[in-house]
Amino acid sequence: MDMSLPRLKGRSLAIWKRNALVWRKLIGPSLMINFGEPLLYLLGLGYGLGLFIGEMAGMDYLTFLASGIVASSAMTTATFEGLYSVYTRMVPQHTYDAMLATPIEVDDILAGEMFWCATKSLINGVAILAVAAALGAVSGPSALLALPIVFLIGLCFAGPAMVISAISPGYDFFNYYFTLAITPMFILCGVFYPVDALPEPLQAFVQLLPLTHAVALVRPLVAGQPLSNVPLHLVVLFAYAVIGYYIAVVFARRRLVV
Amino acid sequence: MTAVIEARGLTKRFNDNTVVREIDFSVPPAQCFGFLGPNGAGKTTTLRMILGQSPLSAGSLSVFGLSVPRHGSKVRKRMGVVPQTDNLDPDFTVVENLRMYGAYFDLRGDGLARRIDELLEFVELADRAHVKINTLSGGMRRRLTIARALINDPELVVLDEPTTGLDPQARHMIWARLRDLRQSGKTLLLTTHYMEEAERLCDDLVIMDHGQIVDQGSPPQLIQRHVEKEVVEIREAATVANGLLDSLSGCRTEWVGDTFYCYTDDARPVVAQIDAIDNLVFLHRPANLEDVFLKLTGRDLKD
Repeated sequence: MDMSLPRLKGRSLAIWKRNALVWRKLIGPSLMINFGEPLLYLLGLGYGLGLFIGEMAGMDYLTFLASGIVASSAMTTATFEGLYSVYTRMVPQHTYDAMLATPIEVDDILAGEMFWCATKSLINGVAILAVAAALGAVSGPSALLALPIVFLIGLCFAGPAMVISAISPGYDFFNYYFTLAITPMFILCGVFYPVDALPEPLQAFVQLLPLTHAVALVRPLVAGQPLSNVPLHLVVLFAYAVIGYYIAVVFARRRLVV
Repeated sequence: MTAVIEARGLTKRFNDNTVVREIDFSVPPAQCFGFLGPNGAGKTTTLRMILGQSPLSAGSLSVFGLSVPRHGSKVRKRMGVVPQTDNLDPDFTVVENLRMYGAYFDLRGDGLARRIDELLEFVELADRAHVKINTLSGGMRRRLTIARALINDPELVVLDEPTTGLDPQARHMIWARLRDLRQSGKTLLLTTHYMEEAERLCDDLVIMDHGQIVDQGSPPQLIQRHVEKEVVEIREAATVANGLLDSLSGCRTEWVGDTFYCYTDDARPVVAQIDAIDNLVFLHRPANLEDVFLKLTGRDLKD
C-alpha cells in the first residue's frame, strides 16, 4: 500500500472549481435546503422548546440552539458531501478515473474535495447565521468570526467522511457511519443542551469527539460570550481534518491506483 | 530514434494472479502500435501501468524517457487517454466537459477556447457543443472522449478499445480520425480485439494472451509468418461427405463448429474441386489477422 505523504501541486483548485460549477447549476435546490432547514429548526425547536426552557447556559434558548445548529450543520453538510458526492465520483461515475488520466493525482483530488466540502459548510453557515440574525438570535457582528470556524469544521468532518467513502463497498455502508458517529455527536456534543448535563464518564468521552470542540468555539462567538481553551479546540478540529485526509488518501490510492 | 514507450520485464500481479508476465516491447514515435488480444489477456492492465495508474509488480517501464509510475504526472501531461469505460462528466455539457478537462491540464483562456472549437470540428460535434452529455449517442460520446483526450495536444494518445460497441458508421469515422492523428505525427497506442481495426490502423502490433506477448510484427508480417496465403471456408460442412473434405489437396485443415477451414498457399485446385458440388456455401479469401489471432490464441472461449 502506498503510504507516502501526500504532495500537493495546486491542481486541487481545478477540482474545487469543478464542484463549484456543478453547484451553481443546482443552486435553487441547494439554497432551499441551506435556508429551509435551519429556519424549521430554529422556529420549531427554538420557539417551541424555548418557550418552556427560557434561558440555557446564560443565553436565550434560541441563541443556544442557533449556535449549536451552526456547528452541527457544518458537520452534516461536509459529511454528506464527503460521503455521497465523493463516493459517486469515485466509484459509479468514474469521475476520478478520468481525472487520474491527467497530471492530477489522488492527493490533489481529495484535497480539492475537502476544500469543497468545507466551502459547502461555509455557505450553509452563512445561511443559518442570516436566519438566526433575522430571528434576533445573534449577539452582533462578532458572530461573523464564527464563519472561519465553520470552514474549519467542514474540513474536520470532510476528512473522516472521505475515509468512509474510500473504503465503502456501497451507499448502504454509510448507515454505519451515520448511526455510530454522526447521529451520536449530533445528540451528545452540546448542540441541544450543555455537555456538563451529561453523566461524568460520558462527559469525558464527548471531549474526544470533534463536534464538542466545534460547538465550544462557535457558541461563544455567536452569543457574544468569552471564549476559552481556544488552542485545544482548534488543535482537535485540525487533527481530525489532517489525519482524516491522510488516511483517506491512502485508502483512495488503494482503490483507484491498482 | 528513441522509443516513446520502453518496457522491460513488465509484470503485474494481483495477489497470486499474474495478469502481465514479464513482457518486453518498445513503441517507436509517430506510429500506431496495437495490443491485440482476447478479453483478459492483460491489455488494459498494461495500459494502466503506462498511464502510471497501476504500480508495476516487477520490471521497468519508461515513457518519453521518464520512468513510470514515478513520473506519472509529468508523463500524463504529454499524453491523451481514451478509456474503455465512458467517464465523461455527466454534470456538464459537451463544451464544459472539454473546458473542465483542459483545466486539469492547467489550460485556460482564449487558447483553450480555440482548441475546444477545433476539436469539436475535428470530431464533428460542433453543433452539439451545449447539450448535456446524457443526450448523446454512444458514438458521439466516444468522439467526445477522443476530443477530450486531445485537449492538451498530446504526443502520445492511448486508446483502450476505442470502437467497441459502436455501429459501423461511427467506427469508420473514428478510424478516419485516428488515421488523421497518426498522419499529423502523433504516436498512437491502441488495444483492440477487432482484427479489422488492428489491420487497418496498426503499423506494428503485439498479440497478447494470458499476460504474455505471443508475437510481434506488422499485420502482413504476422500473416506471412503464421498462416498460409489463402483460406477456403466451407459453411455447414457437416453435410458434405467427409471423404471429400479429407481429399482436398494440399490443405492444412481445421474444424470450428460446423465450419471447415482449409489453409493453403494456392487455393485454386481446392476451389475447383468443391465448386462442382451443388448447394455448398464456401468462401475463398486471403488469410487475415483473425486467422493469425485464432491460431496463436486458440479457439476456446476466453471468459
